[in-house]
Amino acid sequence: MAVVEAHDLRRVYKTHTGTIRRRVKEIEAVRGVSFAIDKGELFGLLGPNGAGKTTTIKMLITLLIPTAGTANVLGFDVVKDPREVRKRIGYVFGGERGVYERLSGYDNLRYFAELYGVPPKVQKARIEELLELVGLKGREHERTEGYSRGMKQRLHVARGLLHDPEVVFLDEPTIGLDPVGARELRATIGTLTSAGKTILLTTHYMFEADALCDRIAVISQGEIVAEGTPAQLKSRVASGAVTEVEVFGIPDETVERLRSLEGVMSVWVEEREQAQVLSVQTRADVQLTAAILGHLNGSNVGRVSHREPTLEDAYVALVEGE
Amino acid sequence: MSQAFRLFWTGWVFNVKNLTMSGFFILNATISPIFFATIAHYMFASGARPGSGLVYASLGAGMMGIWSSVLFGSGGLIQWQRWQGTLEYVIGVPPRLIVVVLPMTVATASIGLYSIASTLLWGRIIFGLPLDFVHPAWFVVALVGSIVSLGLLGLVLSSTFVLLRNANSLSNLLEYPVWLVTGLLISLSLLPGWTRPISWVLAPTWGIRGIRYAALGGDPVFPIVMCAALGLIYLAIGHYTLGYFEVRARKSATLALR
Repeated sequence: MAVVEAHDLRRVYKTHTGTIRRRVKEIEAVRGVSFAIDKGELFGLLGPNGAGKTTTIKMLITLLIPTAGTANVLGFDVVKDPREVRKRIGYVFGGERGVYERLSGYDNLRYFAELYGVPPKVQKARIEELLELVGLKGREHERTEGYSRGMKQRLHVARGLLHDPEVVFLDEPTIGLDPVGARELRATIGTLTSAGKTILLTTHYMFEADALCDRIAVISQGEIVAEGTPAQLKSRVASGAVTEVEVFGIPDETVERLRSLEGVMSVWVEEREQAQVLSVQTRADVQLTAAILGHLNGSNVGRVSHREPTLEDAYVALVEGE
Repeated sequence: MSQAFRLFWTGWVFNVKNLTMSGFFILNATISPIFFATIAHYMFASGARPGSGLVYASLGAGMMGIWSSVLFGSGGLIQWQRWQGTLEYVIGVPPRLIVVVLPMTVATASIGLYSIASTLLWGRIIFGLPLDFVHPAWFVVALVGSIVSLGLLGLVLSSTFVLLRNANSLSNLLEYPVWLVTGLLISLSLLPGWTRPISWVLAPTWGIRGIRYAALGGDPVFPIVMCAALGLIYLAIGHYTLGYFEVRARKSATLALR
């Protein structure tokens, strides 16, 4: 049975431009998103910045009212029964904002334990248990303004779990964390799934979605463009191949010309220190290395390599396809 | 202890602690009223009301400090929580928003105690102000009643600040007129008649009257009852507006900074 269900969710934001002649501009952030998450499942919502991930999650956790469509969590409608939904969910936003900085981590947790109705008799033990889980034991009585970004992030996780919610929403929880902190947090998320929690995770880190999620929906420009297990998504591009070329100063027009080549599925460029890495995903039945290098005439070309497509390639192909 | 009372108590302690950690807020609540009290002292000393007039002025200055705390605290608290990213967390909890916001606004009013304490202490040390109040027990009741009713007035103010991201600019407009129209600085009898109804619906008018009667002589019961009655009306208005504005804010997406 589905624990979280979204049916054709839509959300329009209104913004104003101009000072004297103010004009209302409408931005459709989410355009008909539908999905269902089963009990105990870790479902990933994967998409680039501005794709509509956070807006979708905020509608599900009752902080935003959808412009159209419906959603329910554990059978409760997110618009009609927000308080019933809130009692049963926990949520964590990425980033270091969202804690009372002048007070200690313990004070923060104690306050939210009360707000979430954790019985007074179990509050202390529950807070201790969570401090242990997120690795903040021993630092809980320090003011949070002295916490590192990772510590604040772990405090968010502890707060989201205070009332032992059945469903947990994690909105880019590892954003901005150092590799060790991110790995620790992913391990913590892993323990939550072992404990039977249902989790909706948004991220734009492909490896994170690949490593953690049972199923993934790729969201782009407010719409879900693909859904399936990581293996299923990879298989959509498994028949192709990826050519990577290290280049120095590749013009945008060249990237566009490469995109128009017959047999090219997607092209993207990543900045890596002084160099750029051009990745061209092609169909398996074509050999385009010479043609690609031919188009790079005039640019400094470094190492050229070939590899199997990854989930990241599937993601880029899906997002670019939109 | 009932859950609602526990929530209120924990929220009040948490928010008082949070505000007390802000050096700026405490300094503002302590120092500004001392300036007002000093100016008022010289005004009264040069007029015809020395002696008890000084206590009258000091109490008014202290109450001005409480009002400033409520005004900037209640409004600033919501905006500050929005900036700090905690507003979405406190709005997303199961209890009604009023249960979360009420302890915050009463906490900001409670910080105003620093104002009363600093002005009385300043008056005592510098000007030899007599602190032998006529009804000390009623003084405490009137002071607590004033703080709670001002906190409830802050609740009404803060509800607008949930919805409007820049509503704290209203705070600047409301500070001085309320000092004048509620008789904190000058006697209400000096104001034109049309200001009376405005004075009557504002809790500081009755709060300061109760406090002054308890300190200097007079019957403080009626002003205290008026404070309580107005507090209940503010509570009803705040309950309605917070509920309404919360839904509006979720529709218009104004809970977070964008």
